[in-house]
Amino acid sequence: MSDIIVRFFIGGLVVSVFSIISDLLKPKTFAGLFGGAPSIALATLALTVISEGKQYAATEARSMILGALALLAYALVLSHVLLRFRRSALRVSMVLLIFWTGMATGLWYVMAS
Amino acid sequence: MAMIVSISTSGLKRSKWWEFMLRFVLGGLVTAGAGVLSKKCGPGFGGLFLAFPAILASSVTLVEKHERERKQQKAMSGSIRGRLAAGADAAGASMGSIALIVFAVCVWQLLPDHSAWLVIGGATLLWAMVCVTVWYLWKRNLLRYRSIHSSD
Repeated sequence: MSDIIVRFFIGGLVVSVFSIISDLLKPKTFAGLFGGAPSIALATLALTVISEGKQYAATEARSMILGALALLAYALVLSHVLLRFRRSALRVSMVLLIFWTGMATGLWYVMAS
Repeated sequence: MAMIVSISTSGLKRSKWWEFMLRFVLGGLVTAGAGVLSKKCGPGFGGLFLAFPAILASSVTLVEKHERERKQQKAMSGSIRGRLAAGADAAGASMGSIALIVFAVCVWQLLPDHSAWLVIGGATLLWAMVCVTVWYLWKRNLLRYRSIHSSD
């Protein structure tokens, strides 16, 4: 339980720092780079190395490649829909979370089998 | 070639306290969730969620909201402007994602045999270098494309 609480606070802190840096930068496309920042990865990998060891963290990083590929597709589709069809950012970004989950788990399933 | 990256506190001033809290809580929940999933389903499955786009989803929503409010202060709707700004933010995130793939490959390959802090720190530096390079190349080509088409 204490491990989850530590992860929660460190994860929240790292994500907040990246968000603040992003808020400070202009233009929007440059600030947006931080939407693909390794914020969750930094917090998770550091804590995993301490608790589970380097090999365990490396396995997480290998799967993260697939998650990042799905994130790339997510961001490209999100950007295209917002710029071309000008839909609500909240609605599109929430619906596309299903797309990300499907693509990431699908890639993982293909690679694992 | 005008290609200026600037620092401005106006974005921070527009943010409300609950927006900072929302990002903190979301970041914390996703990090804790990724840890729980790794424990329950193994690091192979849990690792996927190290690139979960919850932060991007909240970021584009807040960018849209801020731009809309800025335009509404000038008695304009701002709805379209907000969505275009959110689209630009997401376009930037797609370039950041390319660098995130490089980050993950670097950690996966180097972590087992080298100092963890050196690898994670070096991979973060590499992430920053790759995303700035990709952004620079994209911006340069965009400006070149616009200058060719404006002279037609």
